[in-house]
Amino acid sequence: MSEAIIQTTKLTKEFIRDEFHVVALKDVNLEIAKGEFVALMGPSGSGKSTLLHLIAAMDRPTGGEIRVLGHALRELNDRQIAHWRNENVGFIFQQFNLIPVLSALENVELPLKLTNLRKSERIEHATTALKLVGLGDRLHHLPRQLSGGQEQRVAMARAIVTDPSLILADEPTGNLDATSALEVLTILGRLNKEFGKTVVMVTHDPHAAQFATKMHHLEKGELTN
Amino acid sequence: MAIPLAYNLRNLVVRKTTTIMTALGIGLTVAVLLAILSLVNGLRTTLSVSGDPLHVLVLRQGAESELVSLFTREQFQDLKFKAGIATGSDGQPVASMEVVTVMILASVDNPDGANLNVRGLDQRGVEMRSNVHISRGRWFQQGQKEVVVGKSVASRFPDAQIGRKVHFGRSDWEIVGVMDAGGGVQNSEVWGDLNQVSADLNRVQTVSSCLVKATDAVAAKALIQSLNDDQRLAVHAMPETEYYDQQTGNAKPLEYTGLIVAVIMAIGSSFAAMNTMYAAVARRAREIGTLRVLGFSRGSILFSFLVESVLLSTLGGLLGCLLALPLNSVTTAIGNGNFAEMAFGFRVTPQIMLAGVAFAVILGSVGGLFPASNAARKQILTALREV
Repeated sequence: MSEAIIQTTKLTKEFIRDEFHVVALKDVNLEIAKGEFVALMGPSGSGKSTLLHLIAAMDRPTGGEIRVLGHALRELNDRQIAHWRNENVGFIFQQFNLIPVLSALENVELPLKLTNLRKSERIEHATTALKLVGLGDRLHHLPRQLSGGQEQRVAMARAIVTDPSLILADEPTGNLDATSALEVLTILGRLNKEFGKTVVMVTHDPHAAQFATKMHHLEKGELTN
Repeated sequence: MAIPLAYNLRNLVVRKTTTIMTALGIGLTVAVLLAILSLVNGLRTTLSVSGDPLHVLVLRQGAESELVSLFTREQFQDLKFKAGIATGSDGQPVASMEVVTVMILASVDNPDGANLNVRGLDQRGVEMRSNVHISRGRWFQQGQKEVVVGKSVASRFPDAQIGRKVHFGRSDWEIVGVMDAGGGVQNSEVWGDLNQVSADLNRVQTVSSCLVKATDAVAAKALIQSLNDDQRLAVHAMPETEYYDQQTGNAKPLEYTGLIVAVIMAIGSSFAAMNTMYAAVARRAREIGTLRVLGFSRGSILFSFLVESVLLSTLGGLLGCLLALPLNSVTTAIGNGNFAEMAFGFRVTPQIMLAGVAFAVILGSVGGLFPASNAARKQILTALREV
């Protein structure tokens, strides 16, 4: 068995919404090994995105433990988490979330601003990442000048430019047509197989889930397999 | 490393209407401030170039201005041989006995008539004002009812032109020349022959003041001390520069009122900047969340939005400078200690413009602090979910 890079023990997330007590995740025990491509599946409201957000330390659990890449996330403060996330995690959003006033190259260069790389090195890395997702000829295009599929590929380049060990994708094909979705999933597959990245993808699309090497199902906040 | 400046600059360009409107609001505030500062600066400059540090002005004890001062010819005879007074090439003390009064003349701004300083002085008095020279026409002649007018008088009073006659005292006086005092206050005066003016005013024995020139700065100080200590003379002596400094006091109420208006406008403008930045934070909530996910700290977010607010206000400051620059060609007038009009120009200097931009930066920092702090405090998921 490979080294587990994500471990959750009785992970629980509860919150109050409109005076109702909501249990988003309940006692989730999960292990994801290095190099796996895991699909988190389940219906809307099942807690899969919540789990992904907790793995990315974008939110804090109300109970249980979570260790990612050897760090107990509960023990890190805001600044340490920001630094840890920049170094180790690449996040891909369903709605791409590119900065509209920055070009593709500048968007991809953004996470590298937090490293010690020189400007020329940052440009070189960002260009390489964009070429890897097939957008070497769109470096200076603004997001509005790109198609949805291209925007998502820029977002993928941004997620991998710091060479993180872990790539988290929240419904990455949810806003794309079938052709673009296939391109994005193919790239995720390549990142996993050729570059050894651990990928955790939230989806409720069974077709997308087929690209994963492992699937976990969530229902009403509980892991069912 | 901080979020790139291009992010802020381009966002300002993208929402250009809001940017321009806010910057214009800030610009107007800065322009008001610059107008006040340049007005006071213009007045100070006019008064500072009017006096000579070696000149000592002597008034009656208790008198604050030449207009209310009474000075006798006997006092002048006693005074002019005091130690420390410079001697002219003719071997005579450099001292000028002068009579000052006001006349009323219709001006451009005040058709019903505005007060003008009239000074009666002899040739020595004219020579003592080395900054004053005739720019058109000629000097008045002794024994003639002739006057010369300052260039500000000639430009602001339609009747004060060479060849015309003006009335004061009991006579009509022919204007024979226009004098230029550089930036000095003499530009706002009318000069005539001492004997003619004092006789016309029935003040042959009792004039207004005396101006003497000391040999050097130390002698000037000692001379003033000696004159003020002389119980027999009963005069009030002071450096000519100090006299004009005191005249600047007339601008104080104007300066304070202007500054109060500028501060009130600044509060309004900082709210405008705050409103604009709050809207920017709300509109870019998802971008803020994304930047946090990418690893940018709360501090980076705060700094970035604060910088954007400062950039916006700096633009406003520069606009304010542009709006205020044309004031440089404007001349206005204010009443002086002699209740007469004193003309001076607005002076928008680089230092004043720098102060205006600094004022705008402070305004932008204050206005941007709360929205920037609001952006930095956003929870990542809350920010990402905002539309």
